Order: sequence, then C-alpha cells, then structure tokens
Amino acid sequence: MSPYQQLSAVPLAAGGAGEHRPLIIALFAVFVAATLGLTVWAGRQTKGAEDFYAGGRQFSGFQNGLAISGDYMSAASFLGIAGAIALFGYDGFLYSIGFLVAWLVALLLVAEPLRNSGRFTMGDVLAYRMRQRPVRTAAGTSTIVVSIFYLLAQMAGAGALVTLLLGITSEAGKVAVVVLVGIVMILYVTIGGMKGTTWVQMIKAVLLIAGTLLITFLVALKFHFNISSLLGAAAENSRKGAAFLEPGLKYGATATSKIDFISLGLALVLGTAGLPHILIRFYTVPTAKAARKSVNWAIGIIGVFYLMTIALGFGAAALIKPADIEKPGNTAAPQLAEVIGGGAGSTGGAVLLALISAVAFATILAVVAGLTLASSSSFAHDIYVNVLRKGEATEKEEVGAARWATVGIGAVAVVLGVFARGLNVAGLVALAFAVAASANLPTLLYSLFWKRFTTQGALWSIYGGLASSVLLVLFSPVVSGKETSMFPGAHFAVFPLENPGLISIPLGFLLGWLGSLLSKEEPDAQKYAELEVRSLTGTGAH
Amino acid sequence: MSAAPTLDPGTHEPPDYQQVQSSAEFDELRRAHRSFAFPLTAAFIVWYLVYVVLSSYAGGFMATKVVGHLNVAFVLGLAQFVTTFLIAWWYSRHAARRLDPRAEAIKSRLEAGA
Repeated sequence: MSPYQQLSAVPLAAGGAGEHRPLIIALFAVFVAATLGLTVWAGRQTKGAEDFYAGGRQFSGFQNGLAISGDYMSAASFLGIAGAIALFGYDGFLYSIGFLVAWLVALLLVAEPLRNSGRFTMGDVLAYRMRQRPVRTAAGTSTIVVSIFYLLAQMAGAGALVTLLLGITSEAGKVAVVVLVGIVMILYVTIGGMKGTTWVQMIKAVLLIAGTLLITFLVALKFHFNISSLLGAAAENSRKGAAFLEPGLKYGATATSKIDFISLGLALVLGTAGLPHILIRFYTVPTAKAARKSVNWAIGIIGVFYLMTIALGFGAAALIKPADIEKPGNTAAPQLAEVIGGGAGSTGGAVLLALISAVAFATILAVVAGLTLASSSSFAHDIYVNVLRKGEATEKEEVGAARWATVGIGAVAVVLGVFARGLNVAGLVALAFAVAASANLPTLLYSLFWKRFTTQGALWSIYGGLASSVLLVLFSPVVSGKETSMFPGAHFAVFPLENPGLISIPLGFLLGWLGSLLSKEEPDAQKYAELEVRSLTGTGAH
Repeated sequence: MSAAPTLDPGTHEPPDYQQVQSSAEFDELRRAHRSFAFPLTAAFIVWYLVYVVLSSYAGGFMATKVVGHLNVAFVLGLAQFVTTFLIAWWYSRHAARRLDPRAEAIKSRLEAGA
C-alpha cells in the first residue's frame, strides 16, 4: 500500500484543524503561563543594568548554549526548513548547512573577544576605539534595522501560523494573535530582562529538541532506521524521483537563481556572527572561556537539530501526499506529526500535532523576545545613554530607558506585523542575515583585528553595508515584480537577485578598508592597544 | 624584553597597554590565535562555498549514487556537519592548550599590578 493513500484527506488548515484547537491552545497557554511565572521570578532579581542587559553574567556555558540555540532556531528554521525539504528535497536541506557552518565564524573570531571587551551591546565593541557618538549611532541604527526585519518576519509568521494550525482565517483573529504575541514578548522583556528572556529561550530549546527528537525517532522507526529507504520513499512519493534527492529543484532553475543561491549562502555563513541578538548572548556568561563553551554547545545542539530536519522534511515528503503540503511548506512538520502519531482522528495524531504546534508558537515567542531585547538594549545603551545623554545617565535611568524602549519597539513590531500580515515576508529573515553580514561583521572584524581602522572606516562600513543591502532588496524581486513578491502588482525590480549578499558583503568590507585609508584622522593607537590586549586576554573584563 | 611589564603593586594606574601590546609575550598570544583562526576560517568558508557551487553547477557529479539512495550531494552535505563539529573541537583544544595559559599569564600579571 502506498503510504499516502490512507492519509490523503488531511488538509490541516481547513476542517481538520478545528478539532485540535482546544488542545493546541491549552498546551500553548500552559507554556505562556509557566514562562510568565518564571519571568516574574527573574524580574525580582533584575535590579541593575548588568541584570537587565546581561542576566547578571551568571549563566553557565551550557545554559547559554541552550539559550543561544533557543534564540537562533526560529520558526523559519523549524517549520521553514522542514517545509522546504518536504517540497524541494535536497535543496531545502542545503539551506540548513549555511546556518550551522556560520557558527564557526562566531567561535573562532567573534565570541571571545566580544565577551572580553564589551559590556552590553555590539556597539560597545564597535565604538571602543572610535569617536563614541557617531559610531554608537551607527551601531544602534544597524542593530535596530536588523532586529526589526527579523522581528517583522517572525510576527507576520505568527499570524500565518495560527491560520494554518488553528484554522483561524478571519482577519481580526490574525490581528489578535499578532497583538497577543507582541504583549507577551513585551512582558517577558520588560519584567524579566535578559534573565527572564534567557530562561524562556532555554525552555523553548528543550521543548523544540524534545519534540523534534520524538518525531525523528518515530520516522526512523517507520523506516527501520535506514536513511536510504527514507530517502527512497521520499523520492518516490514526491513524484519527482531521483531529482528530489539532487540539487536543483529550488535553486537550479535559471542562471540567476543559481547565483542567487550563492549569494544567499554567503549571507547565511557570514551573517550569524553579526546578528545583534546573538552577540548580546555572549555577555550573559562570566568569562570568554564560558562564551567559547556556549558556542560549542550551540553548535552541537543546532547541528543535531538540523540533522533531524532531514527526518522531518524527508519524512513529510515520504508520508504526505505532495498536493496536501501547502506552499511554502510551513505546515509540513505539524502535518507529519499528525501522520506519524497515528493519522487524522487518532488520539496519538491529535496529541503530536498539538504538541508540535505549541512548540512552534513557543519558538516564535522566544525568538521575538530575544530580538526585542537586542534592539531595546542598543537603543537605551548606545543611543540614549551614550549619544543623547553623552554618558551622563544613572543606571536607574538607563534601565528605565531600556524598559520603555522595549515597549516602543514591541509596539512598532506589532503595528508592522499587523500591516505585513498579508505580505510575503519570508525573505526578510534572509535579508536580516545579509544586513548583518554586510554592515556588522566587517566593522566588528576590523575593529578587533585591524590596527589602522578608523572612525570614518567604521561609519562607511556600517552605513555602506546597511544602505547597499537594504536598497538592493528594495529593488529586487523580493519586493516587487514576481508572484511571490511583497507587492506582486508593482514592478521596480531592477536588481535581479533576491539576496544582496554577493554585492553588499564585499562592499561593506571594501568601504571599511577604503574609509580608513582615506581618513584624515589617525587611528587611536593607545585605544587599539587597550582593545587588543583586553579582547585577547580578558584583562579588565566586565 | 620578553615579558609583559608588571606594574607596581599598590598603584591604581591603568596598565600601559601599548607596552603590553608590543611585548614578546603578547605577540606570541596574538600569533597563536591569528595563525590558527585566520587560515582555518578561510578554509571552512572556501569549503562551504565549494559545496554550494558544486550544488549549483555540478548537478551530474552531485547526483552520483554512493550507497543506496545516498548520493554525493548528501555525503558532502553530511561532511559539512562533520567538519563543523571537528573544527569546533579542534579550535577549542587549541585554545585550551595554546591560548588560555598565555592569556591567563598576561591577565593575572596586569591585574595583580593594577
């Protein structure tokens, strides 16, 4: 019997979803209640700036590794990659590899020196040897831009997810969900600060890994722990045959899409180490050695997770009728959970579907909390205290500003999320990686390792990388001209690639170099000596 | 001079970082980090890009069957996971043996003096 015949009539989004709704909502409510309780507990211990921004720097390497994984594995990677594999086979799997390899850049070049020389934000390190106000302004701007793009994709994703998982199709329902996500995330961050957010991310990581392990185990059991027979079944059931297991179904269509994929790969591998919400996690551990240990744990956890997406994605491709997987495939993982648990109507299927759906919501909440914290920290610490108040604010004023900034940025994210809910914003996560790789990574690496780097170089690389990546996307097929664009009706896509990285990343590096060479100002040798010694030895680390 | 300067105990002057930076001891630490991390970073980025480029332009080669339904594309993809784990382990071992003791020595001298 071909496996999908027995499962053919299970469109998740329509009628089938309704009956699972109470269970999904109950599980999710338990998660929200438990994490909010934890947040209040964490909030009681959050007094000074070090608590709010860095969780008191008391987390262990393992705890932070878990939290990093929870911060990093977004709904896009959980639902998105499983879905991409289910639809495009091998090309979907290709995606996850860049997300993992990228961690080596963080491990070898960024995590430890950042921990040693900064206090709370990426801007601390970028502005260390430079003129504070212009560089802090630039660092704050790029932090907020990267985080807002990322946040927007997650918020809009939350709206789309409930439609698919809970069968809520009314516009008011979707708006309500986006607002609810916004309120919960603002509560996490304002009350619990970094400590509360870290615990939420740790719990979410454990849930996500546990849920994925369970599904992976059940899929493996079904295929007798034989990966070749899983792949074979997926290829057959997908109706695409061997091509399903080969490169090309998603990215191999045209010469442009091939170059686009290289551009995407470059952004993925170089973006991670420039994502502000990841960088601030390195401040939550006491030493650089603990920061190294946390990246190692993160690489292990994230690596195992992405390996399991093979089981999730190809399992879905093998067991679900291709026509039932709705594009762009975000429901493939929950659908697989239902099928592998015993099919529609069975108790096992209902429980597993509810479990995976609740995990998906938890995933969104933990990620948006981390993003909001990163942008409000940078706003309060870089822009408010060091630019507007010229470093003259009290600690109490600073934490107050960070809390208000959280409310403000949360509100902006909700409003944008509501407006963007009908738009195709999946491309924004890749854009956030491209901006991080073009604006933040060059500046970070030059600051840490190049003695001739100057304030002008830093400004050129941040603003140049930021502007070029954003502008190239604005004039790309992501925004207009294609059926899958944000505005399919408009036509101003003069730049052919969906991902700007191939141009904007080298440009960011080039501008940082050129800006420094053409600078009239001499680099501050005294400050660089201080930064270099501190970043490599940990002398005077906070 | 071969060692980083020690500051007089009891003074609260910040260390002379430029003097530390130009000491032979610090130079060794910097070299131990850079000579390991920089080439290795270049190598894994190139290895990843080669894999991406092969996926885009060498479809026939990547489709070659290795075992059962496993083809070269999968084997290379799984190899990316393996090399990532190995490099993380290798760097951490290098750091524990060659970087941490050096960094610790300089740091404790500076902080004892400060």
